[in-house]
Amino acid sequence: MIFGEVFGWLTTAANWTGDGGLLQRIVEHLRYTLIAVLGAALVAIPVGLAVGHTGRGGTVIVGLANAMRALPTLGVITLLSLQLGVLRIGPVLFGLGLLAVPPILAGAYAGVQAVERDVVDAAAGVGMTSWQRLWRVEVPIATPLLLGGLRGAVLQVVATTTVAAFVGLGGLGRPLIDGQRVTDYPRVAGAALVVAALAVLLDLLLAGLQRLVVPGGLRLATRTVQRAG
Amino acid sequence: MNKALIAKLTAAVTLVALAGCSGGNPLQSSTTGENSGEIVVGSADFNENVLLAEIYAAALHGAGAKVTKKLSVGTREVIVKGLQDKSLAVVPEYTGNLLAYLDKSATQTQPDEVYNALKSKVPTGLAVLDKAQAEDSDVLVVTEQTATQNDLATIDDLSRKCGGFVLGAAGEWKQRWEAKIKQLYGCTFKSIQTTDAGGPVTVEALKSGQVQVANLFTTASAIDANKFRKLEDTKRMYPAQNVVPLIRSDALNDAQKKALNDVSKALNTDLLTQLVARVEVDKENAADVAADFLRDAGIPS
Repeated sequence: MIFGEVFGWLTTAANWTGDGGLLQRIVEHLRYTLIAVLGAALVAIPVGLAVGHTGRGGTVIVGLANAMRALPTLGVITLLSLQLGVLRIGPVLFGLGLLAVPPILAGAYAGVQAVERDVVDAAAGVGMTSWQRLWRVEVPIATPLLLGGLRGAVLQVVATTTVAAFVGLGGLGRPLIDGQRVTDYPRVAGAALVVAALAVLLDLLLAGLQRLVVPGGLRLATRTVQRAG
Repeated sequence: MNKALIAKLTAAVTLVALAGCSGGNPLQSSTTGENSGEIVVGSADFNENVLLAEIYAAALHGAGAKVTKKLSVGTREVIVKGLQDKSLAVVPEYTGNLLAYLDKSATQTQPDEVYNALKSKVPTGLAVLDKAQAEDSDVLVVTEQTATQNDLATIDDLSRKCGGFVLGAAGEWKQRWEAKIKQLYGCTFKSIQTTDAGGPVTVEALKSGQVQVANLFTTASAIDANKFRKLEDTKRMYPAQNVVPLIRSDALNDAQKKALNDVSKALNTDLLTQLVARVEVDKENAADVAADFLRDAGIPS
């Protein structure tokens, strides 16, 4: 019965268009997600690569990243919003970015760490500098894990971006919360399904990207990683 | 090493994902209390409702009942189900919202009309006792400055100025009230900014001037704390939300019902606002605040 109502809600054109329609919410949702993940990547990838490359600070960084996973995103966003000014996008993006940092960082770090010692030594042996080893050997070999981390981050953030609605912003959390307040459950379930579909689509997209950019010689490694993840 | 690391990270991700799904049915492990003579008092998961449940529990105890508390059970859906499956016996409710839940097409807004309609809609096996004068209803508020500058005391006063004001309200406000406020008061806001349901985001938005009118709730501690002015809803656009005990009809004897009716008689909006502020602002224990209230009202606890 509820399935029929959800389907009915999702197939009603009026729910998709106009001010506050699903299309607008999806665009907002994707915008928050992409900015948060890109911001997090800008910080996390260099740090992860540096730690993996130098082999220093690994325990601290992985520990820190895991501790960050414990931060409740809704709490962080609410706190920052109330401190820095409500109805602004900054605090929300920061909170979501915090969520995206650990998986990206771990992916970058683990990716470089996973490069076999012999390979790095060989690269040094043919006269590569530290930078050349990083860019020509370690980063290409690290791509599968690096992108795996990015995929994990996108998945988590796209699912969590719904909390933006708690502090009065848009995204697909809006129909979730507003629907719940007026006990319009088809709307709640419909919005939840759209979030899930968005997550799956983004993941497929990134999986495709992963196939494109991972060097051919590493395909085997990619498959191993996918099985492990 | 690498496999171990990946396994660890995967485990961490899984844990985080699982943590997000905790909760479950809070009523599952409850004993029914049906034949034990125990009265189970429940509440929804917000401070005022928990406080009211503490008051009911103490008053029932004063009327000789063996009372078990099951507080912060969840939303209305869960609570009504809990009463029906006999895992709860008494919960504090609000007339308007309960009526709207039971009858989506209800249009009554005056306190007595809402209460009478509610009595006829309560499901078999359940009942509402006397309603209190205390109300926790929607209310439009403005800052003290806005009120004095524009000479505002009622929504009627506001209607002349609506076009210059931004309203901050929960996401569903537009759908529920935009047409109604235009029809009743001729008020069309400059725009409606989604904030939250009478929570800190709405309060901050009003304080910082991002919105000039905010939709809060009558018993909100933030109204007095920030010297906001409530605008009287002279035409009763918002339905009455009197506090009322919703009970399982066979769970209480007459003395116990009278105790809860005495509570309702003593409870008005100002008093409830003060009591809620003691819990929310002064961080006092809800049970202590409840005991003080009953002592002052002369109701045994």
